[in-house]
Amino acid sequence: MSSLFDMESFDQDKVQLLDDYIGNYVAQNNLEALIPALYKAQTLFGYLPAALQRHIAEKLDLPSAHVNGVVSFYAYFSEVPKGKYAISVCTGTACHVKGASDVLNKAREVAGAHGETMSEDGLFSVNDVRCIGACGLAPVVTINGKVHGKIDAKDMEKIIRSTKETENA
Amino acid sequence: MGKEYSSVRITINNITLEVDHGSTVLDAAKQAGINIPTLCHLDLHDLDAINQSANCRVCLVENETRGTLVPSCAEIVQDGMRIQTDTKKAVQGRRTSMELLLSNHPKECLTCVKNLDCDLQELSNSMNIKDIPYQGEMMNHPVDDSSGAIIKDPNKCVMCRRCMTMCDEVQTVGVLSPLKRGFDVSVGTAFHLDLSETSCTYCGQCVSVCPTAALAEHPHVPNVWRRLNNPNRHTVVQIAPAVRVAIGEMFGYEAGEISTGKLIAALRRLGFDGVFDTKFGADLTIVEEANEFLERLNNDGPLPLLTSCCPAWVNFIEQKYPDLLDIPSSCKSPQSMVGSLSKTYYAKTMGVDPQNIRMVAVMPCVAKKAEAARDELAYGEQRDVDYVITTRELGAMIKEAAIDFNNLPDDSFDDILGESTGASSIFGTTGGVVEATARTAYENVTGKTLENGEFETIRWMEGLRKASVTLNGRTINIAVAHELKNARKLLDSIRSGDSDLDLIEIMACPGGCIGGGGQPFHHGDINVLNKRREALYTLDKNNVRRKSHENEQVKTLYQKFLGDIGGQKAHELLHTSYSKKLRI
Ligand code: FES
Ligand code: FES
Repeated sequence: MSSLFDMESFDQDKVQLLDDYIGNYVAQNNLEALIPALYKAQTLFGYLPAALQRHIAEKLDLPSAHVNGVVSFYAYFSEVPKGKYAISVCTGTACHVKGASDVLNKAREVAGAHGETMSEDGLFSVNDVRCIGACGLAPVVTINGKVHGKIDAKDMEKIIRSTKETENA
Repeated sequence: MGKEYSSVRITINNITLEVDHGSTVLDAAKQAGINIPTLCHLDLHDLDAINQSANCRVCLVENETRGTLVPSCAEIVQDGMRIQTDTKKAVQGRRTSMELLLSNHPKECLTCVKNLDCDLQELSNSMNIKDIPYQGEMMNHPVDDSSGAIIKDPNKCVMCRRCMTMCDEVQTVGVLSPLKRGFDVSVGTAFHLDLSETSCTYCGQCVSVCPTAALAEHPHVPNVWRRLNNPNRHTVVQIAPAVRVAIGEMFGYEAGEISTGKLIAALRRLGFDGVFDTKFGADLTIVEEANEFLERLNNDGPLPLLTSCCPAWVNFIEQKYPDLLDIPSSCKSPQSMVGSLSKTYYAKTMGVDPQNIRMVAVMPCVAKKAEAARDELAYGEQRDVDYVITTRELGAMIKEAAIDFNNLPDDSFDDILGESTGASSIFGTTGGVVEATARTAYENVTGKTLENGEFETIRWMEGLRKASVTLNGRTINIAVAHELKNARKLLDSIRSGDSDLDLIEIMACPGGCIGGGGQPFHHGDINVLNKRREALYTLDKNNVRRKSHENEQVKTLYQKFLGDIGGQKAHELLHTSYSKKLRI
């Protein structure tokens, strides 16, 4: 079997934390525990590589395909490592109407992070997410989970540039 | 419970009727004799499998009470509900759904393997679609032909999820899932692995129910034509029991038509140099397997003995229960036995150089393609079986050669590797292998002649059934399972140590080989399987010899070539081994 599924290179303390979490999670059935387990794993490891997904599948006795189906469905979950600053641009209905796609394009361009891969300097990754429930502040962007409201393309550019400056200082 | 709870009154197209509480509008319409087109919906209730994803929206009808269009396959009836299936709104709604589905479907029907046998094509035709107004972006996913058994072409997928219903619920294998979201979605394997890297057993039940050609068998026909057209090759063929009771369906016969004679004639016209019967191999399997069973019985195990003819089932146990690999019978499958004998016994008897022999097997199965490629199933340099074509592929070859199948005179198998008993006929249906084994084991042990060898209790279609027979005062507990979800139950009980079983037959496909992934499409009509099954029992009944060990050609084989049953040569040629196969 391919080394893609090797768990040895992972921080074993974190793996233990994940296993304990899954072991103690009270659920009606294993499927119900899947999203919490994935959430926990992404919090611990930053992203969900194939090996980790398979590990969770085995722990919960679910087919790997189903786990991968869930992971690839939700924009929240990432199968590739994220940048130090993970930028999520909401493209839900309200944000879309208020120009989210301009914000998204600008973010990708200035950060240099396209598709799912992070920018070359490892600082940024940019993805789009569905409504995050802050429509009153549309268009909305989150950076490492922190919400920034009423952000237009110009604001987006400013934020990224100043982050770069601080980081490179 | 009052009557008002158990049934509801609804009106469909001005016909008022009472239907069961909890039925869908589609069920109700059927009851009223009203036809509603469907695509994703698949109701195989005899197999406990219903695909109710309500994804395609081809079954839209108008709910007049609410004034909206609803998918009839998923809409549950309510008391007083008024439904119209034929209003302009309903018809247009269904048409739009269909047009949208077709907008990004490849338009290569003429050369598609499902041409004229495709549910999507049939529906487009019956809905009289002559123009597709939407020109959408086309999907562009890689085609997966890694397994050599099944080809997966996601570009032809209509997201009905029927394959997943079979893979998840009937087989409990679960290698497929919708991946990603929106336009990017495709039904695929975990991490987009090649099918050959997954724990797919190649049972082909996904292929059996796919409404298009998103899942199809890996074709071996071009290779077979190449061999047939090469005069330096000696190309021989064998036919599995379930093929002869199904291939007629491709030529306008009823399901269950027995077309052995025509089939052999067709194969000779195609140019095969030898036409053998896989049933000969089945009789041989029984002789070896009954012997193995009695040896295990007398030497304290290991028991139970699991039959090993079904390749999808072998894949399943190797991947999911590697700790139990000492219990399957070491007998090769009948396909492989006939294959290995064609290159040894037949070659020697006929004076043909085995290097020049190519063995083609016609099987109701797609997993047999992968079985033929197993490393374990070769003798020296020679593969037991070189190519496997399905019932459908053979039907297509016969058509391609413009052979008038329906008017062919009956022909018979070769005098070598060609004879078979009734016991071997029923190999093609669930319960058959174990019944055949029991007939032979019974006579071997008791020395008595079995008058009625029909073991009624194991002849049903339930997924899992048990029976006992007494052999010289010892009770033998037998179990029969078809569909891997039932196999799983048996294997779990063996693993946990609370099984008292001695002999187990497992077939992966619903109904056994008659319902194999390589058979003519049943299009959701499970009755087709019952008719094929009846035909196999008829073949058994009509055979003067009904026990495998009575096969005269098998006896000659042992006398002239193999020596003892279960002996050294038999082991070399007719037995195999299994190993743990770790897949995702
Ligand atoms: S649409 Fe962006 S927060 Fe609701
Ligand atoms: S058949 Fe009803 S939605 Fe597909």
